[in-house]
Amino acid sequence: MNSFIDLNLGLARPEIFLAIAALALLVIGVSLGDRHTRIVAWASVASLVVAIVLAITDSADGLAFHGLFVADDFARFAKVLSFGAAALAIIMSLDYAEREGMARFELPLLMLLASLGMALMISANDLISLYVGLELQSLALYVVAAIRRDTVKSTEAGLKYFVLGALSSGMLLYGSSLIYGFTGSTSFSVLAASLSGEASLGLIVGIAFLCAGLAFKVSAVPFHMWTPDVYEGAPTPITAFFAAAPKVAAITLFARVLVGPFGDLVAQWQQIIIFISVASMILGAVAAIGQKNIKRLMAYSSIGNVGYALVGLASGTQEGVSGLLIYMSIYVVMTIGAFAVILAMRRRGEAVEQISDLAGLSRTQPGLAAALAIFMFSMAGIPPFAGFFGKWFVFLAAIQAGLNVVAVIGVLASVVSAFYYIRIIKVMFFDEPAEAFDRVTPTLRLVLIGTVFVISFGFIAGAPFFDLSDSAASVLFAE
Amino acid sequence: MIVETIAFYVFAAVAVLSALLVVGNRNPVYSVLFLILTFFNVAALFVLIGAEFLAMMLVVVYVGAVAVLFLFVVMMLDINFVELRQGFVRYLPVGAVVGVILAAELIFVMTGTGLGTAAPSAPTPAIDQVTNTEALGNIMYTQYFYLFQVAGLVLLVAMMGAIVLTHRERIGVRRQRIGDQVLRDRSSVELTKVKTGQGASGGVK
Repeated sequence: MNSFIDLNLGLARPEIFLAIAALALLVIGVSLGDRHTRIVAWASVASLVVAIVLAITDSADGLAFHGLFVADDFARFAKVLSFGAAALAIIMSLDYAEREGMARFELPLLMLLASLGMALMISANDLISLYVGLELQSLALYVVAAIRRDTVKSTEAGLKYFVLGALSSGMLLYGSSLIYGFTGSTSFSVLAASLSGEASLGLIVGIAFLCAGLAFKVSAVPFHMWTPDVYEGAPTPITAFFAAAPKVAAITLFARVLVGPFGDLVAQWQQIIIFISVASMILGAVAAIGQKNIKRLMAYSSIGNVGYALVGLASGTQEGVSGLLIYMSIYVVMTIGAFAVILAMRRRGEAVEQISDLAGLSRTQPGLAAALAIFMFSMAGIPPFAGFFGKWFVFLAAIQAGLNVVAVIGVLASVVSAFYYIRIIKVMFFDEPAEAFDRVTPTLRLVLIGTVFVISFGFIAGAPFFDLSDSAASVLFAE
Repeated sequence: MIVETIAFYVFAAVAVLSALLVVGNRNPVYSVLFLILTFFNVAALFVLIGAEFLAMMLVVVYVGAVAVLFLFVVMMLDINFVELRQGFVRYLPVGAVVGVILAAELIFVMTGTGLGTAAPSAPTPAIDQVTNTEALGNIMYTQYFYLFQVAGLVLLVAMMGAIVLTHRERIGVRRQRIGDQVLRDRSSVELTKVKTGQGASGGVK
């Protein structure tokens, strides 16, 4: 019975490939040294692309590693999304790292290992595999946040992230231990089969702690305090990475845990999710108004966006989870695009990050200004840009689930947030021009053109994409 | 049976006594030595209940590594233990509260009230069929093989992180270049037999 074939290794092909690629690249990186960071970075991007291809081509579902690992459409959807975001973040970090003198071959490798951790989180089918995947991802992220170890801001960001991250891991573990104690199993499959409507108090406390730990990882209110400081302090391409890939992994993990093993206890966790989603939407909208630094603004914006995505989860239906997947896909593209513009904000070789630095960009660099304007309109939820459809689907799911109040609060919060998104557009198009930025590098230009294209014309490919997300979400609700 | 009971009480009594001496001793080096004595006695208790693998691990890991590390810290670093001890009385109430809570939890668990488990947990294999080591190996390297591998990756990331964040390239250090050393041929060295009492210069002339 304990043969090697029982492990079903074939189901974890993308993960196994990524792990081996990371180890091989580590050896190559050590022998080539820091001068050849570019080779290691492009090889990391190539491995992520191969992992995406492996994930897409393999359509077998099932459990691997004695039920600790699950492969299904939901996992594949989220993996492709987070691998793609990680690959784009590595590409964007290349020029920046060289210009700022932080080019080290470990940087792309740590991002690669973080992506592996995300894949393990997404495919977790047990509380223990959830935790080890999460820790692999988080540990790599703490290090990359502090990668510019000679600047105070970066080390502060890394330390803050580490300490608060350790705290949240503690809460998550405490919750898991309570769940194990009151149910007798850590396996999602066993939990899903054995739990029914009635839940003991200890189990509910366990789920609440688990939610608190995961809410920290997606930076939802009231566990969001680290986000602005870490986003501001970390090097900009790393911030882009933080805002995109780990969020997808953590939020899909959130959905898998709550809908999978605790699907029958929806009445218990729904209140928690409704509260954190409403609080995140409101805080994301209100707190961003006063920000002058564009990276901090993006941090609050990401808190708000997580709130909108969680509206989908709060509805607790298949439409809701499908909406969450759509929202996160669009959010990732918007975020990567917006950060590509922020990375292009350089004056005489120095990076600038104040909103006032964007003044009059439409006259000095019309292309860049137009791109940022499109991202901002999309984030504000103005049709026909993709951001509108993301909000549409989560709010629709909320109304269908009878959460009218949540949907109304969400719409009001997005009106408030439109104020600061559109203020950026006003600064770019109507203020007196400041000095022009440096020329945009070719790689950034490519990323910008790609993301603008997806955000502006993405709705053409809407129908097949919605089918895809719907079939991914249906996995969680299949009994 | 009677021998086992006597052995249990002896080991348990020594373990408790030496544990008290760990905190009660003035000299920190003695404290660490009593800690090692405690570990040995607890290991003996593990052997008594048939957990020989845990007993060996306790001796190898805790006595062999952790306690020695403690000893190094105590002897190498200049820590003022008298100062550390101040405020003991002030923190006593807090400590007592924590202790009472822990004791209450232990009683709660031992009497087994209030814990209704929904799913049956996996049965433990009978002790006369599988040895400890075999059972643990089965769990670690078969059932939880995946977690073992990922834990290895987490440790790799931790190591990479420590190197990335602290390692600095030092300039002007004379390094050993093994390649050059191996490729050196005979012409660059001169081998001379030195006669006793004459020294190298005497031999070459």
